[in-house]
Amino acid sequence: MQQIIRFIEKYRYFLLFLILEFVALFFTIQSHSYHKSKFINSANAVTGGFYKRVNNINEFFHLKSENERLAKENARLKNSLLIENHTTDTTNQFLRYKYITAKVYNNNYTKRNNYLTINKGLSDGVDAEMAVVNSRGIIGTTNSVSGNYATVISILNNYSLINAKLKNNNHFGTLSWDGKSYKTVQLNDIPRQAIFKIGDTIVTGGKSTIFPEGILIGTVKDFEQNRLINISLFNDMSALGNIQVITNLHKAEIQQLEATNNE
Amino acid sequence: MNNLVIKNTVLFVVLVLVQVLILNNINLFQYLNPYIYIVFVIFYPLRKEKGSFLFLSFLLGLAIDFFSNSGGINAAATLFIAYIRLSLLSKILNKTDFDFQTFNIRSISLGKSFSFILILTFIHHLILFGLEYFSFNSIETIFTKTLLSTLFTTATIFIVIILFTKKN
Repeated sequence: MQQIIRFIEKYRYFLLFLILEFVALFFTIQSHSYHKSKFINSANAVTGGFYKRVNNINEFFHLKSENERLAKENARLKNSLLIENHTTDTTNQFLRYKYITAKVYNNNYTKRNNYLTINKGLSDGVDAEMAVVNSRGIIGTTNSVSGNYATVISILNNYSLINAKLKNNNHFGTLSWDGKSYKTVQLNDIPRQAIFKIGDTIVTGGKSTIFPEGILIGTVKDFEQNRLINISLFNDMSALGNIQVITNLHKAEIQQLEATNNE
Repeated sequence: MNNLVIKNTVLFVVLVLVQVLILNNINLFQYLNPYIYIVFVIFYPLRKEKGSFLFLSFLLGLAIDFFSNSGGINAAATLFIAYIRLSLLSKILNKTDFDFQTFNIRSISLGKSFSFILILTFIHHLILFGLEYFSFNSIETIFTKTLLSTLFTTATIFIVIILFTKKN
């Protein structure tokens, strides 16, 4: 006993170091696994509050370009209203997706695993694993959610795997990021028989319960022999302002159905 | 003593805010950021009792992690350089006993303080980017990022030291 106490006393700083290092590594490993709820994230009141203050100033500098983008989106939506039949009877149409507008408070795009902080949380109906987009296309999926803030796993993240397809022929694959340029992402697992060329549009596949089908991603930039396709994104991930979070109203139903199938 | 506590608390808070609100958004050449917050490890007074120093370094890293959603990589890296600080310093200065009360980074020669800061920064960045990428496939990226960021951080730390400390 005496010996143990003397040992602890002699190596107390080393032991403290070991314990704290283990705690840090535990948090790191936990952050690498996708589904666990995380303790260390920026969706809490303190960090969210700080980012909110800074964003109030920062937002001002991007007003012009952001307004331009929103005006373009408005025009596009009005045009699509003109094309569609105005007298559609909406009583027998299902509302499948609901859009919630939000603002990006903090945006990373230079790390290996990038996250965004947005200003909507549980009290606004935002929950984990919801799609995040803007008018130019895909941004990511929500991850940790607090009362008033949420973090978003950007598509520029090692743990972001999104179902995507070629717009013209429905062959689908998985979207991932190699960590190099924030303008380019990669599409894997496209079947051998799929025909595509440089410049083809890639959109989300709608095979998951998170993303609706047909959200814009980017165009084929180049591809290698082993069918790894580089995609140049439509979205400028370095300048994000107003975004939308998409709620899938049928998600619970689909998941319940799939759960009974698995039994 | 009390003065020292206040000074280090202010330093801690200022470093966290400057790092996460300004420096994390510099993105030089699109991906380089200086990690200046590690000057805390350099500035914190040398003491025989280093429990509180280790704990504060850990907390500093964790605070940065909270803001940047990075798990515990900053905490792990900062804690490590905090732990090796004293032994590295005695290796570089070639002596084992220090005048703990009056030691100051400006009181040693420029070359020695440069190599001290360079080595600490390099180790910190290597752990940081190693844990961030966490794969042997990207070892090339880890080393390029480590080397370039080390240069950037060391240069900025020197500017901070020259601007904010008095020469003995």
